[in-house]
Amino acid sequence: MLRDSLILARRSVVKMTRNPEQFIDVTLQPIILTVVFVFIFGGAIAGSTGAYVEFALPGIIVQTIMFTSLTIGVNLNTDIQKGIFDRFRSLPIARSAPLFGAVLGDIVRHSIAITVTLVFGAIIGFQFQTPWWHVAIAILLIITFAVSLCWVSVLIGMLARSAGAVQGLSFLIVFPLTFGSSTFVPASTLPTWLQGWVAINPVTHVIESMRGLLTGSTSVAGDTTTGQILWVIASCVVLVGVFFPPATWAYRRKI
Amino acid sequence: MTAAIEARGLVKRFGKTKALDGIDLTVEEGRVLGVLGPNGAGKTTAVRILATLLKPDGGTATVSGLDVVHQATAVRRKIGLTGQFASVDEDLTGMQNLVMVGQLLDLTTRQAKIRASELLAEFDLTDAAGRLAKTYSGGMRRRLDLSASLIGRPAVVFLDEPTTGLDPAKRDDVWDMIRALVKQGTTILLTTQYLEEADALANEITVIDHGSIIAHDTPQGLKRQVGGQTLEVRPTDVASLPRVRELMIRFGTREPEQPAPDLLSVPVTDESALTQVVAALSAENISVSELSLRLPSLDEVFYSLTGQNRTAADATTTKGAAA
Ligand SMILES: Nc1ncnc2c1ncn2[C@@H]1O[C@H](COP(=O)(O)OP(=O)(O)OP(=O)(O)O)[C@@H](O)[C@H]1O
Ligand SMILES: [Mg+2]
Repeated sequence: MLRDSLILARRSVVKMTRNPEQFIDVTLQPIILTVVFVFIFGGAIAGSTGAYVEFALPGIIVQTIMFTSLTIGVNLNTDIQKGIFDRFRSLPIARSAPLFGAVLGDIVRHSIAITVTLVFGAIIGFQFQTPWWHVAIAILLIITFAVSLCWVSVLIGMLARSAGAVQGLSFLIVFPLTFGSSTFVPASTLPTWLQGWVAINPVTHVIESMRGLLTGSTSVAGDTTTGQILWVIASCVVLVGVFFPPATWAYRRKI
Repeated sequence: MTAAIEARGLVKRFGKTKALDGIDLTVEEGRVLGVLGPNGAGKTTAVRILATLLKPDGGTATVSGLDVVHQATAVRRKIGLTGQFASVDEDLTGMQNLVMVGQLLDLTTRQAKIRASELLAEFDLTDAAGRLAKTYSGGMRRRLDLSASLIGRPAVVFLDEPTTGLDPAKRDDVWDMIRALVKQGTTILLTTQYLEEADALANEITVIDHGSIIAHDTPQGLKRQVGGQTLEVRPTDVASLPRVRELMIRFGTREPEQPAPDLLSVPVTDESALTQVVAALSAENISVSELSLRLPSLDEVFYSLTGQNRTAADATTTKGAAA
C-alpha cells in the first residue's frame, strides 16, 4: 500500500513538471504575487516595502498553498474522466493507493511552493526573526492545514462531472477564505462587517500563526502565536472530521 | 479442463437501461472467446464486470475460479484488461506508463524497465518510448494500452474491441500478438463488431444484442448458421443485372439481395463458389467491375440469426419505448 502510493505520488510529481500550468502555480505564481504585493502595494499599505514583505510573505505562502491544495480534486477528476483509473482499478493495488498517492504528491508540491517563496522572500529582504525550529513548525503547520483542506477538493472532484466544474467550485470556496482574511492587510483595517468573518475564518489563524512563527509577531493585537496555532489545529480537526468521511466515501464509490 | 472464465446470469442495469439481461459465458483455460455484438449490445459492460470494474446487479462470475465481486483483488492478480478506450496517462512517456504499471504489479524498477522495453519492442513502439503518450496516434495509444495490460503476464486477458481504430497492417499485428498469447496458454475474451475478427481469432463466438445472448457457436457453426461467406458481384453494365442474378441464384443459399442499385450479394456455403462464378460469368460474356467473397457484416449476421433487419428492429423498440 505504501509502496503503491509512493509510485503513484511520483507519477503525480512527474506530471506536474510536465504540466506548465501546475508547475507555474507552485513556482512562478508565488514569486509574482510577492513582487506585485510587496513592490506595488507595499509602499501604500505599510509605508515601506521592507516592512510589508515581513507582513505579506506569510500570507502569500498561505494563499499559494490554498490554491495548490485544491488541484487534487481537479487531477483526480481528470484521471477518472480520462480512464486512467480504469487501469489502476484493474491492478491488484489497494483501492486507496491512487488517493494517497495524490495526497503525497501534493505534499511535494506544497514543499516546492514554500521553498520557492521563502527563498525568494529572503532574497528581496524578508528577515527570519525566529529560531529555525519555529520556521520548521510553520512549514509543518501549513502543510497539515493543506492536507486537511484537500478533502474538500477531493469531495468536489468526486462529485462534479467535469474537471472545469471542479475548478470553478473550488475557487468559489477559496476566494472568501483567502481574501476574507488578514492575508494582505491587518484585520483591524478592514470594515467591521468583514472583521467578524475574518476573525472566525480559519485561514486568518493560519496566516497569523505563520506570521508569529516566522516574524515573531501577529497582526491581531493581544493574540499569542500559540493561541493561533491551537486554533489552526482545531480547524484541521474539524475539516478532516467533516470532509474526510464523505470524500473517501465518494472516492470509494468511484473506484 | 477447468473454466478460466465462468459467468452465470449476469444482470446489469443503468437506470432504466438493462445493459445485461442474464448473460452466461464460459471460457475454458487457454481458449479464446469472441463476444460479437453491435453498439450498445452490452459487450463493454460484460467485460467490466468480469474485470472487477463494475459490480453486477445479478448473477455470479468467476475468473480462474475466483469470484469477481468477493475476491476482486485476487482476480486482479490474474487478469490483464485492455478497455475500449485507452487508459494510458497522456502526461507520461510510453516507457514511464509501462514502468509505473510494472511497479504497481510489484516488479522492481529494474524488472519493470526490462519488461517494458520487451513489450515496447513487441508492439513497435521502441522509437516512441521516450515520447509523451499525448503525442501518440490513436493506434499507438491502443498498442501502448495493450502492452500495459500484458506486463504482469496475466493468465486471463480481456480485450474490448482491441482493433477498432487500427489500420489493417496494425490490426494484423494485434492479431498476431493475440495468437502468440494463445500459444503461451493465455485465456482470452475479446469483444468485436466484426465476424471476420471473431472468426480469425476465436475458438467460440457468442453473439449478444440488447444484453442477451442470441447465438453461441464455433466460428464454423456460426458461419453455417448465417450462410458462410457473402458473394458480391457488380456488373460493369447495369443491363446485365438480371442475368447475373440468375447465375447467382445457382450458387447462393437464398435469393440475392441488392444492397446498391448496381450490386448483388448472396450468401454462399461452397468455398469454391468464387471460381465457379468467375467461370460462369466469362462463359456468358458478362464483364464485372467488382467481384468479392467476404464474411457477412454484423448486420447480415443479425439478419440471418433473427430474421429481422437490425435497424428495423431497433426502430420498433425505440417506438415501443416511446409509446
Ligand atoms: N455508465 C453507464 N451509464 C448509463 N448507461 C450505460 C452506462 N454504461 C453503459 N450504458 C448503457 O448500457 C448499454 C450497453 O452498453 P455497453 O457499453 O456495454 O455496450 P457495448 O456493446 O460495449 O457497445 P459499443 O460497441 O458501443 O462499445 C447501452 O445501452 C449503454 O447506453
Ligand atoms: Mg463497448
